[in-house]
Amino acid sequence: MTQPDTAARTIRGGRAALGLAGLAVLLIVVEVLPRSGLVSADFLPPTSRIVAALGAEAATDAFWLAVRDTLTAWAIGLAIAVAAGIAVGIVIGAVPVLRALTASTVEFLRPIPSVALLPLAVLLYGSDLGSTLLLVVYAAFWQVLVQVLYGVADVDPVAEETARSFRFTAWARIRHVLWPSALPFVFTGVRLAASVALVLAVTTELVIGAPGLGAVIAVAQSSNAIPTMYALIVVTGLLGVTINLAARVAERRLLSWHQSVRGEAPA
Amino acid sequence: MIKRVALVLGLPAALFAIWYVASANSESFYVPPLRRILEAFVDTWTPDRLRADVLPSLARLGAGYLLAALIGIALGIAIGANPWLRAAAEPVLEFFRAVPPPVLVPVIMLFAGIGNGMKIIVIVSGCVWPILLNTVEGVRATDGVLSDTARAYGITGPARLRRLLLPAASPQIAAGLRQALSIAIILMVISEMFAASNGLGFTIVQFQRSFAIPEMWSGIILLGLLGFLLSELFRLAERHVLAWYHGLRDVQRRS
Repeated sequence: MTQPDTAARTIRGGRAALGLAGLAVLLIVVEVLPRSGLVSADFLPPTSRIVAALGAEAATDAFWLAVRDTLTAWAIGLAIAVAAGIAVGIVIGAVPVLRALTASTVEFLRPIPSVALLPLAVLLYGSDLGSTLLLVVYAAFWQVLVQVLYGVADVDPVAEETARSFRFTAWARIRHVLWPSALPFVFTGVRLAASVALVLAVTTELVIGAPGLGAVIAVAQSSNAIPTMYALIVVTGLLGVTINLAARVAERRLLSWHQSVRGEAPA
Repeated sequence: MIKRVALVLGLPAALFAIWYVASANSESFYVPPLRRILEAFVDTWTPDRLRADVLPSLARLGAGYLLAALIGIALGIAIGANPWLRAAAEPVLEFFRAVPPPVLVPVIMLFAGIGNGMKIIVIVSGCVWPILLNTVEGVRATDGVLSDTARAYGITGPARLRRLLLPAASPQIAAGLRQALSIAIILMVISEMFAASNGLGFTIVQFQRSFAIPEMWSGIILLGLLGFLLSELFRLAERHVLAWYHGLRDVQRRS
């Protein structure tokens, strides 16, 4: 992996070129469809007009403020969910009785769709940052918790028993045995939670008008600024892609010592 | 056996009891006593109401989910089996997956109005990506020896699809379907919050806007129960269909 031979590099270069070609085809199709009249330009503006609208938006302060609001809600919500998920997960996972007791409750609470809490959030916090946080934290928390529980259950029993026979304290067992072996699962949880948190942040803003990109999309829609609406949707997609990529790179960096990353075929 | 039942039911029962007792004298307008929520639940969700509001929601959910599964698996196999197509399509697919599905609601409203069609398309447009990408991944990761063997025996066309690709990709496809199920429920509710005249999401928002708080809470509980039931149903179906796979994994783990 450190020294890719020329063949592998050519293949990777070819893949990147193909990927770019795929993107180019998408952009061209979106340009041609409305221009040829197959789809009304009122519904789907051509690429060039979406890009122009994106440029106009990017020149305004309101747009960057909205991006900042969305990312703030995302980051705070994710941080709370990750901290709570890891703490609760390790406590529950490390104590077998707790694990048995809580299993059914976790299984029941987890699939509850987070949007069910939307009306409650509106009543409690109005269209404020609090509403967004409530939904983001609720949705992201379960992703982290469940992965941490899987991770703790996956600890090598030999390592665990060795630590016990060396009379490691409970804290040392968590610190030196449980945590390192659960870490890959924790990262998977954080990665999943990061994208779910973005979805929920934008959704809350869109539906109840909490400040952020979602609210700006709702305004663009109600004022019939269709190209702007498309441009903003593209921005949310780009944010999502960036978050996914960053999470994957961070995972690979921080877990470079772990088997699951070392053993992975170069992607 | 008694111990197991106690373990499964103990905490939920305790939490429920705590909620019931702690909220019994609640004066808070937004957090009414659980007793009143339960009364509202019985009064609100009568069989008529279930038929008028929950059934249409479920029908749209089912239609959208099945359509997304069909499209996702079919396209996923086509893309996964062709390396060139896969390389070309991957960035585009990653982008569409990263777009938060609810922001597509305004776009789809432009095209499809606000009828049932819009809601089904919204569900399809959100659910199709995890299914599609997982299918692509599953087909790509087909065991090389198996696929060479199949080729050596001249197994091609539909037989190859049915005997090799689909079974090999099925655990991944199931993972995609499971992700898609929770997205589908979310989109079912969101699409009804935007514009609807019936449905679960619509009713709950109506309660909230008219400050019928116990009724709103009962709606949230019903939605939670629905989410739980659907995921249990999915788990049972998956256990049944993928029994061979779980058995294989258990054996591999033990060895």
